[in-house]
Amino acid sequence: MGALAIVMALGACGKKEDPGAAGSAGSTSAAVGTGDKCASSGVKLTPATDVKIEGSKTYDKIKGAGKVVVGVKADQPNLGYKDADGKRCGFDIEIAQLVAARIGIDPSKIEYKEIPSTNRETAIKGGEIDYYVGTYSITDKRKNDVGFAGPYFIAGQDLLVRKDESGIAGKDGLQGKKVCSATGSTPLQRVREQKLTDDGNISEFKTYSECVSQLLDKKVDAVTTDDAILKGYAAQSPSKLKVIGQPFSQEKYGIGVAKDDTAFRNAVNDALEAAAKDGTWKKIYDGTLGLSGSSATQPPVERY
Amino acid sequence: MLEFFRTLTNNWDIFSRGFFTTLKLFVIGAVGSLTVGTILATMRVSPVPVLRGLGAAYVNIIRNTPLTLVFAFLVFAAPKLGIEIAFEPAAYTALTIYTAAFICETLRSGINTVPVGQGEAARALGMTFGQVLYLIVLPQAFRTVVPPLISMLNAMLKNTTVAAGFSVVEAGAIQAYLSERGENQVYTLFWITFGFLTFVVPLILLQRFLERRWAVVR
Repeated sequence: MGALAIVMALGACGKKEDPGAAGSAGSTSAAVGTGDKCASSGVKLTPATDVKIEGSKTYDKIKGAGKVVVGVKADQPNLGYKDADGKRCGFDIEIAQLVAARIGIDPSKIEYKEIPSTNRETAIKGGEIDYYVGTYSITDKRKNDVGFAGPYFIAGQDLLVRKDESGIAGKDGLQGKKVCSATGSTPLQRVREQKLTDDGNISEFKTYSECVSQLLDKKVDAVTTDDAILKGYAAQSPSKLKVIGQPFSQEKYGIGVAKDDTAFRNAVNDALEAAAKDGTWKKIYDGTLGLSGSSATQPPVERY
Repeated sequence: MLEFFRTLTNNWDIFSRGFFTTLKLFVIGAVGSLTVGTILATMRVSPVPVLRGLGAAYVNIIRNTPLTLVFAFLVFAAPKLGIEIAFEPAAYTALTIYTAAFICETLRSGINTVPVGQGEAARALGMTFGQVLYLIVLPQAFRTVVPPLISMLNAMLKNTTVAAGFSVVEAGAIQAYLSERGENQVYTLFWITFGFLTFVVPLILLQRFLERRWAVVR
């Protein structure tokens, strides 16, 4: 299947790259939420030529349209983010671009669609998007509705605290502390079920940014969710925030594809494996989530 | 069909918790806004110009501010000004501040329906402004505005769902919990709607009862 055509350019972080990679000034401002500039890892992706994926409806559709429609998130800094100028950046975004390049589509030809978590299965099933990259945990329940390539990242529930915090070293340190997470999220329900702190100490907001703002205002002591999301915020203000680094759950992030399109799923898996071999994954990670100061390794692809 | 009922029974913890908080928000918000609304209406018809001005300013500012903004001010901005308020009391306060402005106006329209002669007669008997208002005018005003008043409370009941965005787990937060638990969205939304209906029906019955009982014969 096509020569390995993902060419790497070890451009300095923030160097202007091809337009699709949304490269911009490398200044990650300390401001939380919107208004900060997007910065890409600087990895250059060149679309592969002579790609052949036999018997894939998704690929035929992409080929016919000459573009790929990707479902993403837009509110997770350094993960799936859209800045005030409308530029997209982050680890998930670059993984999406990597896949696109690998199946022969120039990353600038990607049409991004913001799909909220609750609508992901519907969007994939209805063919509204070709694939989805956005902190999408692989679960057996979801496998009934969609197919998963990957995992491309293993996340775990962790804690984000202020840099000077010394009282919290892990989930057991939460007793008596104020914890914040997104309304009804799995991490929040886990804190409640495992009684990691009193119910009265739990606050919940619609977005993680609101929790982070509460954390910076010292109204809460910790924000909890997948470490990938937390690292994104820590990378945004590394002088003020840190991730504890003691994950207490395991979430395998996969790329959501149509359930029965095995050929396409395999092609995406091939792309991820190639990225492991040539080091692209690591460079993308280091230039995005890695800015938080914590390291990670690429998990092996699980084919099924 | 079975799955439809399981959506409710399997998640009873969050349904009961959510709707209980909604009930609390509704009751406290209703009592609060009726009280503050009545005081505001009194201010707006009082003979003291300063009070009239304050009442009018309050109503016009709050009526033109989205409820979400009132919440956001109490939860995100107030702490920066040194005012610490817990999330649930903040929700009661926001609902009261907001709804009171509308209750005030509804009530004032009721006051306007009371014939001037009533007040003049009361004053002729030697009643003070307070006595005229609380013994003669307000009781009649309340009777006139039962339907719009109940509509206001009904609107407030639905407005309680805004609190979900500000760390108060009420009925508006149930959907987020259930979608995370992988429940069917259609079933979830049906049960939430059903929950609100069970709240609204007693309100409608109360309105009918009060309308029959308090009908003003003119």
